[in-house]
Amino acid sequence: MKSSVITFPGSNCDRDMDVALRKFGFKNKMVWHSDAELPKSDLVVLPGGFSYGDYLRCGSMASKSKIMQSVINFANSGGMVMGICNGFQILVETGLVPGVLLRNKYLEFICKNVFVKIKNKKNTYFENIDTDVLEFHIAHNEGNYFCTRDQLKEIEDNEQVAINYCDKNGNIEEQFNPNGSIKNIAGIFNKEKNVLGMMPHPERMIDNYLSGEDGSLFFSNLISNLK
Amino acid sequence: MKISVIITLKKEVLDPQGKVIHQTLDGMGFNDINEVRQGKYFEIDTKETNNDKAKAKVEEMCKKLLANLVIEDYKIIDSK
Repeated sequence: MKSSVITFPGSNCDRDMDVALRKFGFKNKMVWHSDAELPKSDLVVLPGGFSYGDYLRCGSMASKSKIMQSVINFANSGGMVMGICNGFQILVETGLVPGVLLRNKYLEFICKNVFVKIKNKKNTYFENIDTDVLEFHIAHNEGNYFCTRDQLKEIEDNEQVAINYCDKNGNIEEQFNPNGSIKNIAGIFNKEKNVLGMMPHPERMIDNYLSGEDGSLFFSNLISNLK
Repeated sequence: MKISVIITLKKEVLDPQGKVIHQTLDGMGFNDINEVRQGKYFEIDTKETNNDKAKAKVEEMCKKLLANLVIEDYKIIDSK
């Protein structure tokens, strides 16, 4: 399986993602933001970080960079595109997934492990995964997912919610919501479920030396679903 | 020609920074404030000399980049 990780000026989780993808069998290529063409890929990843210094709105500049037109075309033709953290912010700015990510409710940069419950397993990202609750890491200042009431209805009707913040038993309650996101939303799909944006970082949970193995579960499941 | 743009969060969107500024002002003794909303201000100096054309271009800029219309409104201020 081939993957591509896009590096924008200010991306800082691109190499972690590269390590994670390679560890679970992807032949990964790093792609520079000013390239026009994507290499042949089964999965494209927009990594975390602070592209363009978060100028204007997080992800807004990166969403207009040269490579993004190819990424948008790839996604619109059914290609798998995953945006993590700043990558999620870039995805919402392109309009590939609905909504926006606002400043965290209590104005704090949050850096900690959280639990998320998988809301929808009928997709290539989470199908066959052997658990309902995953422990991932979050590190963000703008992860407060927001959308209009009409958009929320559409998102729920189309089963586009991917994961919600919860406790370790999978209870989705306000007290387990770290950043004020509507309905504890931590990640969403596009309508077709080939594009996934999420705030948590699975690539930070691929080794017990880091802080857990739930990312390993995610990536090994993902590559076997793609095969 | 210079055109100014003000971008503000829509009414229904929570503005935590505005809230904190409000609280701080309140603590400083400015306690007759109903609400503070924080926004962004842009000055765009364009080569376009036709006022209407320049405004139309800036409007397009607002829609495509400067504002995120899910959460923000934009207001184009008269050019000089």
